[in-house]
Amino acid sequence: MRYDSLIDSVGNTPLVGLPTLSPSADVRLWAKLEDRNPTGSIKDRAALWMIARAEKEGLLRPGCTILEPTSGNTGISLAMIAKLRGYRMVCVMPENTSIERHQLLEMWGAEIVSSSAAGGSNEAVRVAKRMAEEHPDWVMLYQYGNPANADAHYESTAPEILADLPTVTHFVGGLGTTGTLMGTGRFFREHKPDVRIVAAEPRYGEIVYGLRNLDEGFVPELYDATLIDARFSVGPRDAVRRVRELIEAEGIFVGISTGAILHAALAQAAKSVKAGVRADIVFVVCDGGWKYLSTGAYGGTIDEAEQKLDGQLWA
Amino acid sequence: MAIEVRIPTILRNFTGGERAVDADGANVGELIDNLESNHEGLKERLIENDEVRRFINIYVNDEDIRFSGGLDATLGGGDTVVILPAVAGGSF
Repeated sequence: MRYDSLIDSVGNTPLVGLPTLSPSADVRLWAKLEDRNPTGSIKDRAALWMIARAEKEGLLRPGCTILEPTSGNTGISLAMIAKLRGYRMVCVMPENTSIERHQLLEMWGAEIVSSSAAGGSNEAVRVAKRMAEEHPDWVMLYQYGNPANADAHYESTAPEILADLPTVTHFVGGLGTTGTLMGTGRFFREHKPDVRIVAAEPRYGEIVYGLRNLDEGFVPELYDATLIDARFSVGPRDAVRRVRELIEAEGIFVGISTGAILHAALAQAAKSVKAGVRADIVFVVCDGGWKYLSTGAYGGTIDEAEQKLDGQLWA
Repeated sequence: MAIEVRIPTILRNFTGGERAVDADGANVGELIDNLESNHEGLKERLIENDEVRRFINIYVNDEDIRFSGGLDATLGGGDTVVILPAVAGGSF
């Protein structure tokens, strides 16, 4: 397939079947390989849509500085596009994220501001919002509240899935900014309302939930609970176990958050088998495992991997 | 029949520092009333206007109860209940 530039090659990712992990011919699992995007993650879609929208609205002009709270993938995607379009990129990132993510951001020319590990991404959002106030000329695209993030999936991810698999019954995605699930959910509610939307959210170690008070809690502005039908919280042990099963059974090498999503997809598959109904369950492979090799999740026993992930933002 | 309830750090002042406590109830609403009887003040931090507070998530066997019956979500022996504050996601 030929494209005019790297940016033009975002999306149109493969949807591959899981012949071994699918429980039966009637209940099948399908992986949407978002690691095949230019910088290796699903976030290329959101980044491209947010930048294109801001350019169209005149918010972004050549030489502008983009600011974004991100623990990795969105920052990497934004940095790649910013580099090609001539913007300066500043990322606010929690310090407990993997070294690979720092290195990749730096390679694409992003400047990194570290936020404290305690409070996780909440703290990164807070620091970024404060910096945006201090630098009113900077442009914070703000993936947690930017409708273009969800629109990327409404206009690309979801239609691709429906075109490739018209018999789809379930969509299982990760819940972070909620952009993937909101855009995909809205598309299916409008075009194939019987498709069930299932969310998998990572459950971290205690340090990440160490809020000073409950009012510091955070729900992304994009989130609309009516677009979701089930929501699972998945801890590192199950996520790592599924990552290993996926490579062992199907040869697919994925990041840890995708292990959490597969865990929810398999739970859904088991429910469909039990109910005796047909199901075509699509789940998102957010990214490959490359950026997480240093976390320790890919070697040793599951116990050791679980211990090493404690306190890290592994998804 | 006791059900294990995991308490987040921020609410452990109500449980004498315990990370997990046992409670009873045929559904989540009853379970929270039972928790309140042993750990006074906890309910008010979890529930507002008969609904789970906006920045609190309650999971039964890892499933968010907002999508599985809310406070009426049924419970049985061996179920695990996890209470967590809502925080921003990870690698996003």
